[in-house]
Amino acid sequence: MIIVLSTIIKFVIFVLLFALPLATLLTWMERRQSAYSQDRIGPTRAHLFTLFGKPIVLGGLLHPVADALKMFFKESFAPDSSDHALHRVAPLIGFVTALIVLALIPFGPDITIAGHVIPLQIIRLDSGLLFVFAFGSLGVYGAALAGWASNNRFALMGGIRASAQAISYEIALGLTVVGVLMSFGSTELSEIVHAQEGLILGFLPRWGIVLQPFAAILFFVAAMAETKRAPFDLPEGESEIIGYFLEYSSMGFGLFMLGEFIEIVVLSGLFATLFLGGWQLPWIIGESSVSLGIFAFDLPSWAIGVLGMFIFGVKVFLLCALQIQLRWSLPRFRYDQLMHLGWKILLPCALVNIFVTGVLVWADPSLGILAWFGVALMVFFIMVVIAGPRKVSALEH
Amino acid sequence: MAIRVRKKVEYSMYERSYLPEVVRGLGVSLRHFFGNLFGNRKTRLLQTLRYPDEKRLYPERFRGQHRLLPREDGSSRCVACYMCATACPAYCIHIVADESPDDEIEKYPAAFEIDMLRCIYCGFCVEACPEDAIRMDTGLHTPAFLNRQDAVLGRVDLLGLLGRAGTAPAYGAQNYREDKPRGS
Repeated sequence: MIIVLSTIIKFVIFVLLFALPLATLLTWMERRQSAYSQDRIGPTRAHLFTLFGKPIVLGGLLHPVADALKMFFKESFAPDSSDHALHRVAPLIGFVTALIVLALIPFGPDITIAGHVIPLQIIRLDSGLLFVFAFGSLGVYGAALAGWASNNRFALMGGIRASAQAISYEIALGLTVVGVLMSFGSTELSEIVHAQEGLILGFLPRWGIVLQPFAAILFFVAAMAETKRAPFDLPEGESEIIGYFLEYSSMGFGLFMLGEFIEIVVLSGLFATLFLGGWQLPWIIGESSVSLGIFAFDLPSWAIGVLGMFIFGVKVFLLCALQIQLRWSLPRFRYDQLMHLGWKILLPCALVNIFVTGVLVWADPSLGILAWFGVALMVFFIMVVIAGPRKVSALEH
Repeated sequence: MAIRVRKKVEYSMYERSYLPEVVRGLGVSLRHFFGNLFGNRKTRLLQTLRYPDEKRLYPERFRGQHRLLPREDGSSRCVACYMCATACPAYCIHIVADESPDDEIEKYPAAFEIDMLRCIYCGFCVEACPEDAIRMDTGLHTPAFLNRQDAVLGRVDLLGLLGRAGTAPAYGAQNYREDKPRGS
């Protein structure tokens, strides 16, 4: 009984009150953030009422509401020649598989209420990460089936592109995570978070990004390709093939769109869990106390849980913002470049990462050498960015 | 025509690794983002004018909708000399001259019509007028019309318009410059 009740409450809090609103908010954020990055002002017109003669636009926050209303009231059109059943189901597949992955992400520490230990994670599965990848792979069926069922050549091309891209990058994605699994010794996501508790080398958080910075970059790139967003948005292209959702209108298209944004949230949650210590904040939040410099408070379990949820939310939000910013900073790849990056760069790099991590973990099971190596890599990368040459070869010819 | 052969560009290892430049590119767009998010009115790079709410001030010599200037008795200053109609490259001014009841003035325009659909707003009519009877200083855009007949503005329509500052029509050429643009 308590399990059923707590699961429902967790579902409401994490999925209905956090992930879905965040995904909706991201549609606004994307428009607003891209606008500011490009010296525009973005959406500012939708409003419900006026106050003192001025429309209250809330910085354009009502635009997602207007968009959703518009989507719901449009005609949901399906071509006569399409496979109607598949055409209906396809958007749901992409959307639901993205949502299911959310269930495995721990969004807070275990809390104790009235003697019951409640993990802040909807499902705790030992197969954790494997389950995540299984459903991540299923997600591409949404795009592939949408392309197929539309009975439209352009949509089919989009669907084929989406599946080819997903298959290519899933391999790299799976292999980059092997290094993380070796470091933390578990596929269960909350155990991975627990393995990142405390400090390493005495001053750094024991986070995945410190131990596995190379894998973190590879994972982020591969996962961005999985979300099918720029610079990896090859399955869609307004000027050439339009995309696998070509024959969708109304909320069918809306589901693809929202599914894409939920994938962003899922990817951010996964990245935060694997590489940024999940809901933890070392130095400040401990097992049952909070210390800020000389101040230290003992807090009840539920308060630590709420703090953990807040910190996890902040991490996810910042990662979402980073992905949106990346999308509006980078030009899109050509399809052969995409395949080149996936198979010839990410895959070998992931294999090298597994090998190096394996050797370093074997040499020092307490992960000390691995952490030093990670720090050295990060410092090297930052130095390259700061001190790298400013001239561009292409301009010399 | 000579064909220029472009040599294949050799990228350095640093450039081919792509990542440092990604970070640097991210830096550029983030600089714009935060500059516009937290900047004040002067440091912001935003150029957007929220048009229906904010309007850009037109320059002082903006050529807008024409108007005819009246004499003190309210009749048009126009003496129907056909200078403007002659200067007009679009042939949009039609004048019908008639004898003036005033002994000192020879003619007056019985009809003075401007076809706004033909007008190209070149301002030659204003230059040509010896009597300072026509000006383009109303600051108005071409109005919208529902049919072609409405687009032909007659003498009464043109006499009813005011100068840009919204002041009473000027009577003498010497106070021409007093019609200042709004807000200046």
